Amino acid sequence: MTAITALPGRKSARRTSSGSGSATKAFNRLAATCLTLFALIWLVPFAWALITSLRPDSEITANPVSLWSNHWNLHAYTSAWTTSPIGWWYLNSFIISTLSVITTVVVCSMIGFALAHLRFRGKSVLFAVILAGLMLPTEALVLPQFMEFRTIGLLGTYWALILPAIAAPVAVFVFHSFLKQIPVSLIEAARLDGASWWRVYYQLCMPLCRPAISAVAILTFITTWNAFLWPLLVLTQTKSETITVGLSSLIGGSAIQYAETMASSVLGFLPLLAVFLFLQRQIVQGVANTGIK
Amino acid sequence: MTTTAATATVVAVEARTTRRSRPAGENQGGWLFATPFLVLYVLFLIGPVVIGLVISLFNTATVKSGLGNWVGTANYAAVLKSSDFWQSMWHSVLFTLLTTPPLVLLPLLFAIFAARISRSRWFFRLAFFAPYVVPSSVVCLIFAFMYTPQTGLISKLFSGVGLSAPNFLGSTSGAWLAVTLLTLWWTFGFNFILYTAAIQDIPEETYEAAAIDGASPWQQIRSITIPMLRSTSSLVLILQILASLKVFDQIYILLSGGPNESTRPVIEYIYDTGFTSYRGGYASAATMVYFVILIVVSAGWALIRRGRNQAATTVNA
Repeated sequence: MTAITALPGRKSARRTSSGSGSATKAFNRLAATCLTLFALIWLVPFAWALITSLRPDSEITANPVSLWSNHWNLHAYTSAWTTSPIGWWYLNSFIISTLSVITTVVVCSMIGFALAHLRFRGKSVLFAVILAGLMLPTEALVLPQFMEFRTIGLLGTYWALILPAIAAPVAVFVFHSFLKQIPVSLIEAARLDGASWWRVYYQLCMPLCRPAISAVAILTFITTWNAFLWPLLVLTQTKSETITVGLSSLIGGSAIQYAETMASSVLGFLPLLAVFLFLQRQIVQGVANTGIK
Repeated sequence: MTTTAATATVVAVEARTTRRSRPAGENQGGWLFATPFLVLYVLFLIGPVVIGLVISLFNTATVKSGLGNWVGTANYAAVLKSSDFWQSMWHSVLFTLLTTPPLVLLPLLFAIFAARISRSRWFFRLAFFAPYVVPSSVVCLIFAFMYTPQTGLISKLFSGVGLSAPNFLGSTSGAWLAVTLLTLWWTFGFNFILYTAAIQDIPEETYEAAAIDGASPWQQIRSITIPMLRSTSSLVLILQILASLKVFDQIYILLSGGPNESTRPVIEYIYDTGFTSYRGGYASAATMVYFVILIVVSAGWALIRRGRNQAATTVNA
């Protein structure tokens, strides 16, 4: 253990000027050891689910915490796929999240553009109203929201999940603060060349604010994919459930099918983990930006 | 050439003057760009607040359409007198008290540690942040498996060091421990990232100057890093308090609010009265009371922060 953990610590002196003292070195080594140990602990649940899902049930019952199997197999995955409609759940989650991402980016960047670069009557009032929206704890309002959607007749449809997701004041402010950095002279030049406001928005500003688009897109995707209470209330047919809601019904199920349950969990976290691995930098940047503003 | 330049200037001047007087075109354009969002905002953010307020004054049933009969403030009186409501409110507060200190302090400590290491940062980011992108139900499935009495990994761990494992899913204290550990694992990364980003904004020279003056790493952390992170810490604190007060997923999926409703949070109480007992009006009143509590908490934080900022600016001036 120490041999592994000391390795990042040895070359950890980030600032050569402050890394000379032996106390500093010892401190950095301690920090590296602590951090690595905790990071490994943090990975245990993932590893655990993965290992269990690949072992046969009889072996798990006989020796539940063994890390090794003599019969690695994918049987649990095929049975998890056939016993519950995971394919449908994936499809629902995917459609809902993708449509939410596209519409949120379009709608929120449009108003963000207007607030950043257009002058119109009532702009400051509008700005204040949306700012106040940041404080509204919408998750607490599921009951009146449910009544509203029943009256409109959209219960049980994808729209019931997509429409409320678009009204995200945070996304507006991410776009607003990013678009504000585009120089006014650039926009005035485009206007003098006869470009309409729509063209300024679409052909000039949108290509320039790609980082804001990716931040909003990624965060919207994660929140809609992981939403639980609202889809639980709105989508009541088993086949129309999202993956997050669908998988929750497996809890407290048959006690002997550990491998199958863990295989379903792995199927539940794998796509998001893959997205995260590919877009690590953008996701972390996006969280840091939206969280702080 | 000169004519085009001249016309360009004229147009520019015209544009500038019209800009100041807000021409109808720009006025209209601004509202056109704002309309799609505004419609959704009014319908799905303001709408539920108004509807909740109205319904809370009627004895609406969730299953039937229509408002039912006007009952005035009777629902509010009933909610405020209901011991079940206050009990579930207390459970949400207790969850906040259990999760906020570790979720504000531990990520700070680890972000400070991580800042001192230049290599394999991606690994720590991955390990700590990956759980945050995993859906709540998957987290609960994995942890329920690890909490299984006798055979689960965490239960085994307890007996491995000679302790008797608490009954994680069957006793009240065990249930709170189970939910707290799960939440710590699940959301730790979010706060960790906020702190890490803020630490990166602290200028390097500050540390260099301190190191030349012979400050030890601990002194550097105590007198540079932590004070410079004050506003981030206060942000993390309020975000954590609000998120914890809104707890539902973990407790509902892992424990269904049990054993014997002894961990049921306020959102589940609203869910139960509104969607299981169909008392829509009453549940709306409970929603509004809870809603006001959340607003008061965040408004209180904003006021304290503004007061502090003003004090800071007057000191600086």
